[in-house]
Amino acid sequence: MRDVAIIAFAQLPAVRRDTEREEVELVQPVVTAALAQAGLDRRDVGFTISGSCDYLLGRPFSFVAALDAVAPWPPIAESHVEMDGAWALYEAWARLQCGDVDTALIYAYGKSSLGELPDVLVQQLDPYYLAPLGADAISLAALQARALLDSGRADERRLAAVAARSRRAAAANPCAQRRSRREVDELLAEPYLVAPLRKHDCPPISDGACAVVLAAGDVARRLVPRPAWIRGIDHRIEPHQLGHRDLTRSPSTAEAAARAGAGPDAAPFDLVELHAPFSHQELILRDALGLPTDDGTADGIDDGDGGDGPAINPSGGALAANPMMVAGLTRLGEAAARLMAGDGRRALAHATSGPCLQQNLVCVLETDGGAP
Amino acid sequence: MDVLSAPYVLEYTYQRSTGPVIGRFLTALRDGRLEGVRTTTGRVLMPPLEYDPATGEATGEPVPLPPDGVVTTWAWVATPRPGHPLDRPFAWALIRIDGADTAMLHAVDAGAADAMRTGMRVTARWRAERTGSILDLACFVPVAGEAP
Repeated sequence: MRDVAIIAFAQLPAVRRDTEREEVELVQPVVTAALAQAGLDRRDVGFTISGSCDYLLGRPFSFVAALDAVAPWPPIAESHVEMDGAWALYEAWARLQCGDVDTALIYAYGKSSLGELPDVLVQQLDPYYLAPLGADAISLAALQARALLDSGRADERRLAAVAARSRRAAAANPCAQRRSRREVDELLAEPYLVAPLRKHDCPPISDGACAVVLAAGDVARRLVPRPAWIRGIDHRIEPHQLGHRDLTRSPSTAEAAARAGAGPDAAPFDLVELHAPFSHQELILRDALGLPTDDGTADGIDDGDGGDGPAINPSGGALAANPMMVAGLTRLGEAAARLMAGDGRRALAHATSGPCLQQNLVCVLETDGGAP
Repeated sequence: MDVLSAPYVLEYTYQRSTGPVIGRFLTALRDGRLEGVRTTTGRVLMPPLEYDPATGEATGEPVPLPPDGVVTTWAWVATPRPGHPLDRPFAWALIRIDGADTAMLHAVDAGAADAMRTGMRVTARWRAERTGSILDLACFVPVAGEAP
């Protein structure tokens, strides 16, 4: 395998509704900032790929319009996935393994605010058994949350603790959208949205964009002082029908982790970025990844407050900002940015797609040489 | 600054074939019957699929099933959305139909959240006019005497 690293990450502050900018105007600033960080000109990029969703934008082939932001003339080598940008990064990593190009630009964008997001997301479901019922994403997640509560492996207080921890962390992240501190008891006093989920258990609706630059081997070493090397990356999927799965477990995450080198015997991580749009999903993911679900601190939810485990979602995670198609790639970018800044040496990043954690991607990142 | 906006409706008005397995299931719904399908390993999938997710093998014979089952998990919708199957508060549920090894999604018209619990028995309520759709099942309702 060829050594490939994340060498730059840029993102827009997530907002509830960006009424003034078109998609291409969201992409241009993050692409420009990421290339500047990497010290690359647009002409130097070997491969360009994006992740987005036409259903969000209500416009077929919308990614073609966004290409203006990357200057596709003279012609460039370009691809697109109708998925979260984390899967675009996977394709770029695989592309760099071919050996004929050394750099790749990945960007993702999503204006989740343009339509009624719950109704738009119904369109990702099976058209015969699920979509006609209008089964929105929050309702499906609530079925999963109830199954987890019924299993006895979580209670509503632990879900609220995940949300409270996310808000504490997000207060320090200028790109997060939901940044006001709330205590667990305060959150538990709120009414249900779709029981057993309350509003704080669900992600905000966000508009946003982000971009990542990958580089291989010596090119990465030449461009930045501390590349975040991709030591392993894998993604796995489960059956679509929810009633065919054990919703309280994430075997696809466990399998992807094992293949990415983050299995049960893996060395410990300094930080972890999990793409858990719903609070209970963080607990299911931790379980699948063998991360402690109780670190011995008062709320049992580690946020670097004295527990033994790695820092979980120091960015605040998807509960603090969830631009569709962007939030997964953001987890990889956030983890890499922290390593590149010298804030840890080894990180695990995760992205998810589909209802109730149907598909999961796991990436192990490391820097050379330890502390700065 | 004025922000100009324009409405835009995106539609794909395709006609699709439902295929031999899903089509047969939808036909059974139109007739007011539930029908699963047996896999090569002997499991009964409900709702039926053309291929067994566990093996990739084509599924086999249809299996007639009763309109009754057990709630394996549920969620309470206090404020239904316009696209939901009921216009009053209801529960989503995964329902394992008796004789099936998997569960199907549908709505349960239970009146109130405290009438719901995991493990409760429910039975189908059929729509009078059926067209061959999952919505031919209006919803499920708690079996009498099953209140917690």
